[in-house]
Amino acid sequence: MKNNKKTIKKEYICFIAVYLLLYLLHYVGIISNYMFQVIMLAGVNIIMTLSLNLVNGITGLFSLGHAGFMAIGAYIAAIVTTTVLPMLGISAKNFASEFIFLIAILIGGGIAAFGGFLIARPTLKVRGDYLAIITLGFGEVIRSVIRLIEYVGGPRGMIGIPKLANFTWIFVVLLLTVYVSRNFITSTYGRACLAIRENEIAAEAMGTDARHYKTIAFTLSAFMAGVAGALFAHLLMFISPDNFAYSKSSDLLVYLYTGGVGTITGSVVGAFLMTILPEFLRFMEDWRLVIYALVLLYTIIFKPYGIAGNRELKFLGIHTYAEKKERNWKMRIMKLFAKKGGNGHERFRG
Amino acid sequence: MVKVIQLLIYGLQVGSIYALLATGYTLIYGIIKMINLAHADFMMLGAFVSLFLYTGLAGSGSPMWLIILIVLLTMGIVGMLGVLVERIAYKPLRQRPALSSLVAAVGVSMFIQNFLRCIPAVGPSPRAYPAMFTSANITIGGVSISGIQIIVILVSVVLMILMQLLVTKTTIGKQMVATSCDKDASALMGINVNKVISITFCIGSALAAICGILYSSVYPSIHVYMAATIGNKAFISAVLGGIGNTKGAVLGGLLLGIIEVFLQSFNSSVSYGVSFVILIVILLYKPAGLLGTVEMEKV
Amino acid sequence: MKKLFGVLLSVVMMVGCVGCGTGSGASDVPDEITIGFAGTLSGENALVGEYQKNAIKVVENELAANDGCIEIMGKKVKVNIALEDTEAKPDICANVYRKFVDEYKAVAIVGPNESSCALAAGPIAQEAEVPNVTIFATNDEVTKVGDYVFRACYLDPFQGKVAATFAYDDLEAKTAAVLFSNADAYSKYLKDAFVEGFEARGGEVVAIEEYAGADVKDFNAQLVNISTKDPEVLFLPNQVGELPLQIKQARGMGIESTLLGGDSWDLTTLVDVAGKDMVEGACYVAPFSSSDTSEAARAWVKAYHEIAGENPGSHATLAYEALHIVLGALESLETYDGSSLKDAIYATNMDLPSGNVTMDEQGNPKKNAVILKYKDGIGEYVATVEAE
Repeated sequence: MKNNKKTIKKEYICFIAVYLLLYLLHYVGIISNYMFQVIMLAGVNIIMTLSLNLVNGITGLFSLGHAGFMAIGAYIAAIVTTTVLPMLGISAKNFASEFIFLIAILIGGGIAAFGGFLIARPTLKVRGDYLAIITLGFGEVIRSVIRLIEYVGGPRGMIGIPKLANFTWIFVVLLLTVYVSRNFITSTYGRACLAIRENEIAAEAMGTDARHYKTIAFTLSAFMAGVAGALFAHLLMFISPDNFAYSKSSDLLVYLYTGGVGTITGSVVGAFLMTILPEFLRFMEDWRLVIYALVLLYTIIFKPYGIAGNRELKFLGIHTYAEKKERNWKMRIMKLFAKKGGNGHERFRG
Repeated sequence: MVKVIQLLIYGLQVGSIYALLATGYTLIYGIIKMINLAHADFMMLGAFVSLFLYTGLAGSGSPMWLIILIVLLTMGIVGMLGVLVERIAYKPLRQRPALSSLVAAVGVSMFIQNFLRCIPAVGPSPRAYPAMFTSANITIGGVSISGIQIIVILVSVVLMILMQLLVTKTTIGKQMVATSCDKDASALMGINVNKVISITFCIGSALAAICGILYSSVYPSIHVYMAATIGNKAFISAVLGGIGNTKGAVLGGLLLGIIEVFLQSFNSSVSYGVSFVILIVILLYKPAGLLGTVEMEKV
Repeated sequence: MKKLFGVLLSVVMMVGCVGCGTGSGASDVPDEITIGFAGTLSGENALVGEYQKNAIKVVENELAANDGCIEIMGKKVKVNIALEDTEAKPDICANVYRKFVDEYKAVAIVGPNESSCALAAGPIAQEAEVPNVTIFATNDEVTKVGDYVFRACYLDPFQGKVAATFAYDDLEAKTAAVLFSNADAYSKYLKDAFVEGFEARGGEVVAIEEYAGADVKDFNAQLVNISTKDPEVLFLPNQVGELPLQIKQARGMGIESTLLGGDSWDLTTLVDVAGKDMVEGACYVAPFSSSDTSEAARAWVKAYHEIAGENPGSHATLAYEALHIVLGALESLETYDGSSLKDAIYATNMDLPSGNVTMDEQGNPKKNAVILKYKDGIGEYVATVEAE
């Protein structure tokens, strides 16, 4: 019990330290605005990847339409802030605007979740690649509908969105997403979803209502995607339907699989590195995307569990298969030492 | 009425191309359960390889045998490239989760496109595709059909019949069916699974190559990014028909082509979205595609 | 990662140490400045990037005659042009702008080519007080972002109206049809302006057909509808990726209407891909005619021809002009800061290849448009339409 408390404290200190470090480095100018913007975009991508991880990594559903949920969240939130702020006469710099932004994010996420729920209910009986096509179709329908709505700028895109998202917002939302993911995965729901991923029929035989749990995972995931969309819109101050094309969804798959599918750490690491990589490769000029593709192929082929190697950071308290295997090895070695005297065994347990 | 028949012909033209590409998709999916998102890039490679062969070996007014030789050469080259890519990028991933190979395919596709863009011989500009097949318009009762449309539809039909024969009648075809049913059991039965997979990739890529030639002859503006959407459409056709089923791919492709053309003619502003809505509705009622059967999963 | 960024940054800074270094002028003028150029090097419109590269080369050659320097407030200053790829994506373009502002410390930014990119990135330039001259962002809203955002092209409404007026008055057409992309803002706003202008004159738009973006290759269904209405003019305000196919399919179907286009038609690739006979007699609006006899135009065409082996189209010309608007403003500076540079760009009054260019209070240039007509694969000058 005591130990447990201690680790929680440590991780909080860690977060605050990372936040302060990035913030200070930016403040003194070691991290330029450019890098800071890339980091913030990476943050949004991490949230999106975590959202995809819930559906794809944990529940084993194949979605190619997450950009569609992101689009819903982005547009709804942008509509809320662009209409409510001028109506109340609040400028974007006012403190009250932060509150309205929070509400906008929640509404954006909520409506995206509702959309997720609506398409999840009838479609989740469809399996595998058929679901992929349905979600891809859904994303494209969303995009083509937005193009026809003159109110949000049609194909030109929506302009005049206040810049409300900043590093703090993204960092906090990102942490919340990590914790929601963590709690979901370790809860009954998450375990049910994992069971469905491994073997749906066996899970149903054990009394798991697969459709129910899939719907919950899908809806939660759509909510996160909507929130990420809302942040994206208020970070970039401009959104257009082409931001949310099918290629966005396939980018997310790339992030998820290079990082390590099924793990929170993998999603975070993958999205962060793969967002930064093309920016970092700018000195390659024309060959930039060729190198990016090669890095991607290398990771996929030679890193079976992604960059994070199917491991979770300790504080998350999730034990993956790789870690368990490793621990078994350690146990054996420790036992070996224990036989020779010493109390390595106890020490290891502590 | 004339207009309906005319639209039907356009629909068939678009649909046959979808069908041809979808057949390759479905073959590869059937055998290793992998969605090869890079498949359409082999179509693009086919277009460029044939363009270079044509400008190198032939010219306008070349005899028919030379054109056919070029088509065969293109199929051979692209088929070999397909095998090469499979060996390098997909083979190590066979035991991994199904989506790993899909992400690898995204990487392959990104690599092929951007690599070609960077080499000066290809570059980013759209290029004119030569009219390899001379074509004259035929008009029957107000409905006009161009020679190239007839060629596209005919070649597609012939190829699809050949594919059907290949799969059902030849030894390699039977091996392919066996491998797609159960890889391990077929290996135990003495089938060289690696060889079968390589041959499947070769056939699939060669089909994509010939599709590239036909596609570019109908839409004679080619560039390295041309594959993106048609690849999606072919994927959709394959799924619509029931992925893994070659007949289904043909049906799905033709249906998608015809539906698209009629919707565009009816109301072009919403046709794009509506065609996806129709797709979703079909899949909701036939969750395994039109000709697919819902497999009973065993534990 | 951070370390690598640091290394990169220091490399950039080290490169920045080599300068012209004849420091006789004001002390706050640096020895070396950078102009950021946000180009479209990959994606569907990647060929535009090639024209932009050529235009940059021409400007660099011009500068090389003067050791790569220009004179700002009596001091020789070396000019670097940093080209970065936007991939034609708004979010990537925003990153590129940040990079220009923070890492290159660019004095001004030229580009991007797409209105969507300009709309996403404009606020960054505005906030950093770095003047930004967009090349081909024709959308009305682009320069409304703020007073630091300018453009080198005319606007969609002007261009659409010019096309409509030309169709009604000069081609004496009474009926017109439009095929446009509803996924592309350029295409849509040109269509809006054309339809409004044509109907205001008394013409009749008999068919308006749409398609969903650059991915579409088959326009037969829409063209069949247009063909049954038999319009005198067919307006195609679309991108060069789709245009050759539209033209070929329309002609293949037996549509005999006069084809009319916007400045996206002004690319040699269009003729190469579609074929000379297909575009014969088609008219289009362009910012510039390469047969223009003014001194600036002749010099530009000659210089471009030496580098690219062909005559410049509108993309290259506007990239060149955008760079010159910035360079001209730099040379006329009296105090060295972003705000004076902005004012200097507002005060632009220079002879450029497309004629005399001045800026209005919105940051839009007052530019004439020309109508060109394809004859034997070359756009021949037909008429000039004065700026409003």
